[in-house]
Amino acid sequence: MKNALRRRQAVEILLRERKDLLVVAGLGSTAWDITAAGDSPLNFPLWGAMGNAAMIGLGLALAQPKRRVLVLTGDGEMLMGLGSLATIGVQQPRNLSVVVIDNERYGETGMQATHTAAGVDLAKVAQACGFKLARLVRNGAQLAALRAAIYRLSGPLFAQVKVVAEKVPLVLPPRDGGILKARFRKALLGEAADLD
Amino acid sequence: MKDWPDAIYKTLKDAGVRQVGYVPDAGHKRLIELCLADKEMRAVVLSTEEEGIGLAAGAWLGGVRGALLMQSSGVGNCINALGMTRECRFPLLMLITMRGQKGEFNPWQVPMGQATPTVLEAMGVVVHEANTAEAIAPTVDAAARLAFGSYQAVAVLISQAVIGIKSFQDQASR
Repeated sequence: MKNALRRRQAVEILLRERKDLLVVAGLGSTAWDITAAGDSPLNFPLWGAMGNAAMIGLGLALAQPKRRVLVLTGDGEMLMGLGSLATIGVQQPRNLSVVVIDNERYGETGMQATHTAAGVDLAKVAQACGFKLARLVRNGAQLAALRAAIYRLSGPLFAQVKVVAEKVPLVLPPRDGGILKARFRKALLGEAADLD
Repeated sequence: MKDWPDAIYKTLKDAGVRQVGYVPDAGHKRLIELCLADKEMRAVVLSTEEEGIGLAAGAWLGGVRGALLMQSSGVGNCINALGMTRECRFPLLMLITMRGQKGEFNPWQVPMGQATPTVLEAMGVVVHEANTAEAIAPTVDAAARLAFGSYQAVAVLISQAVIGIKSFQDQASR
């Protein structure tokens, strides 16, 4: 089946009117996608630590049980941290969603095929790990339903959003890790977060 | 002094640690049990040690202090993720039970155990060694102050001399 969803539009739909959603993005394309949708201090875009996006989301979700946390990452990044789906399944954080924007490619390194191109089904892995909801998203209606689930339902929630393998313009977030951390904590915890 | 794990637990409580990621190790058995039993703490079993680097980073972003328990063989798994800790100046408190030191019976543990301090220091982690049971809790206390007060990654290496040397005979008799 040919993938039809476009990554920038899909991420823009998921983040539109995001209210107080906390967002962690895996390195590479998903970090650029969330920035294209509108940079925010409550974005934590990664520039490294490949394979760790979902775990940062878990630590944040457990620390902030009253806030919804969305991890947006790529298929290659998720594959590198597949064990974290099992770790999240054990913890059952109700406020955590992990959404993989799956273009079946390593987009930053020459568009080489990832395991998902050969049919590895990440949604089934997440389901087997105990995610409350685990969906494969292929069209606009399913994407709208996913958006509603992220903002309303009890998790942990997982989705594998199949998108066109395409090169899109780079929209880069700040890259100084200290600044990304400090602005996030200030926006979430208040002015005094790093002054005490 | 056999209750050094209890002393570590009290030190973590006093330091305000509320999330503890761990990959089990025999040397951390008692401490893990104490953390799991504590309703104010979230003990998170990890499938591999580098998950704990992300977990602690996420916790800090959310205003919560974390600690990470592992044995020395897991340190190598953390290396690339530690680049994030350093770049973002995330506090990190690692409590590492050592293998591959004096009297080790498993040769496969020796390379990583011997390389542990070098590897951590190469990634900018401050290393504190605790070589006696009495030294462990004060060392963890100092490490927690350095980590959370000065936004540093700090590892406490708990010597194999304290934990005891495993042998095939010991394991067979359990």
